[in-house]
Amino acid sequence: MTDIALEAKSLYKKFRKGEHYTSLRDLIPALARRAVRREGLGTDEFWALKDVNFQVKRGEAFGIIGHNGAGKSTLLKHLCGILAPTSGALTVHGRLSALIEVGAGFHLDLTGRDNIYLNGTILGMTRAEIRRKFDAIVDFSELEDFLDTPVKRYSSGMYARLGFAVAAHVEPDVLVVDEVLSVGDFMFQRKSVEKMREIMKGGTTVVFVSHNLRAVADLCQRGMLLEHGTVTHIGPVSETIKTYMERGTNGSAGSEDQDAYVSRVSLHDESGNGHVQFSAGQRVIAEVEVTARRAVSRIAVVIECRDEEMYDVFNTSTQRLGEKPVDLAAGESFVARFALTLHLAPGTYHFGVYVYRYDVQKNYDTRVPACTFYVRSDTDVRGVANLLPEVLGQDVSASSEARL
Amino acid sequence: MLRTLRRHKDLLYMLSRRDITVKYKQSVMGLLWAVLMPLLITCAGVMVKLALASVSGRPARIEDALPVAVKSIPWAFFVASLRFSTQSLSGNQNLVTKIAFPRAVFPLSAVASQLFDFCVASVVLVIAFAFAPVHLTVEIAWVPVLLGLLLAQVIGLALLLSAANLFFRDVKYLVEVFLTFAIFFTPVFYEVRTFGARAQLLLLNPIAPLLEGLGDAVVGGRAPSLGWTLYSAAWAALLLLVAPVMFQRLEPKFAESA
Repeated sequence: MTDIALEAKSLYKKFRKGEHYTSLRDLIPALARRAVRREGLGTDEFWALKDVNFQVKRGEAFGIIGHNGAGKSTLLKHLCGILAPTSGALTVHGRLSALIEVGAGFHLDLTGRDNIYLNGTILGMTRAEIRRKFDAIVDFSELEDFLDTPVKRYSSGMYARLGFAVAAHVEPDVLVVDEVLSVGDFMFQRKSVEKMREIMKGGTTVVFVSHNLRAVADLCQRGMLLEHGTVTHIGPVSETIKTYMERGTNGSAGSEDQDAYVSRVSLHDESGNGHVQFSAGQRVIAEVEVTARRAVSRIAVVIECRDEEMYDVFNTSTQRLGEKPVDLAAGESFVARFALTLHLAPGTYHFGVYVYRYDVQKNYDTRVPACTFYVRSDTDVRGVANLLPEVLGQDVSASSEARL
Repeated sequence: MLRTLRRHKDLLYMLSRRDITVKYKQSVMGLLWAVLMPLLITCAGVMVKLALASVSGRPARIEDALPVAVKSIPWAFFVASLRFSTQSLSGNQNLVTKIAFPRAVFPLSAVASQLFDFCVASVVLVIAFAFAPVHLTVEIAWVPVLLGLLLAQVIGLALLLSAANLFFRDVKYLVEVFLTFAIFFTPVFYEVRTFGARAQLLLLNPIAPLLEGLGDAVVGGRAPSLGWTLYSAAWAALLLLVAPVMFQRLEPKFAESA
């Protein structure tokens, strides 16, 4: 046995854009075209994965992050053996199981009991194995009373719970997890994360793909950043996340038909150093530069903060803070500077910016998220707001009942 | 292929069971489903026989209906298996694109669930024959051989058609049209003998000798033609050799086409 659980060597995957021919009727012209095909990349083809190399050690938790469309899911499908690479090699040592879609293969007309067996065998367990783990699965899903109900009568939460419960009991050597920890209600999510930790402690190698940077940072030791199908960073997970978040800070030129656009957004501390990670309670400066392509009048800058689920946490604007709206001539730009105190719980937050004219309710430009930052705290507070708590005392006294 | 399938035999079992339970659980007809198709085919066959009898001026006999009843069950199995397995991969898209396991379990479980119907119908037929004027002979020993060959052909075709339908979505319409008219070119309602010299032409259809043989062996008291049975066996062998290889070669592309 080697101590490498998973290894990718110069993995390439070519995808075709647009329609594939999907009927026999279209086949003949396609065959004719194929006769004159060149090597390499055709006009309507692109590399979904390009020279991807990495190794995951046995027992390691490895995080893969990247923007939508960076190739994360494609890579996962290669790991699971659903897609075959165009070139390159991928080696998996041991049984691999994927937590990609919870409840895949559930049949709505079958009962919870039947679906545990069906889903379990689909995920690669034998029936004997499922029989052995059946009670544990049912226990974990908290669905004892609904085992003989067809799953079509389940709520979506129950459905997801049953799916996760089955998947979490496969006991593979390598577990691939894709965004599934966010199923069910809050209590069940916590339970799922606990289960993940338990699985990791048991020595299972885990490959974890998520937008939830906090979960990645919490669960993984090493990380890899994918951008447009190529690996741009690989190393300790905190560095990977930092690299990822720094990529988000660039403004762009906007499109031609916008009269005014956000040309730059930056977040930095009071001494002017740009960061992507701040401490809870820290004062940070946000700078938003707006450039006018054509003359615009009475514009204001709206800023907002969202949590990692893009849920609105905070928003305000220059005008709502009592500032006068600004008039700009064509080609002019102005910078709005805000000071913010980050009374936030530890986690990932997105900073968004709008250019808005209040009196005619016209939105000139939207940048959500304009950049992403990460808040850390020495105190263990959870949720969104950080009320900067202090324990002033915990006095013990006998209750009045006891005295009677 | 066989080795990976053996490893996933539980999956094969569960998928077949799913198809069977889902079909029988929520239907008013229940097990009658399995008998319905063969029964309808037999009725149609009896009508054809009556028509032929009145044309030829020969009195219709109840014995004429017996071979039709015997052949209707394997024919119904053949039709339903192909119809069902053709769509087995495209119909399980969410599994094909999301989870890795040998894709052959889909067409195979489709055939297996139809095999269940076949068994139910056969049991009904055996019971019915207890009351019918049938004289069974030793030739009935041919039945397992002929059914085995039929099953082999069906499995081969199921693998090929399910994969083809994933790449070309019009395959299922072709299969549909083909199966609708195939009954005219297959000896279900009639015996090839009726066609005299042209009987040979009809027997070129790979499943024709098998159905004809089944009718002969069960109610005709005759052994099936050895030559034509071998001809069908050659088809079965060819399909069983070629289909898995082609299926496996195409398998890596399934997830992208589904």
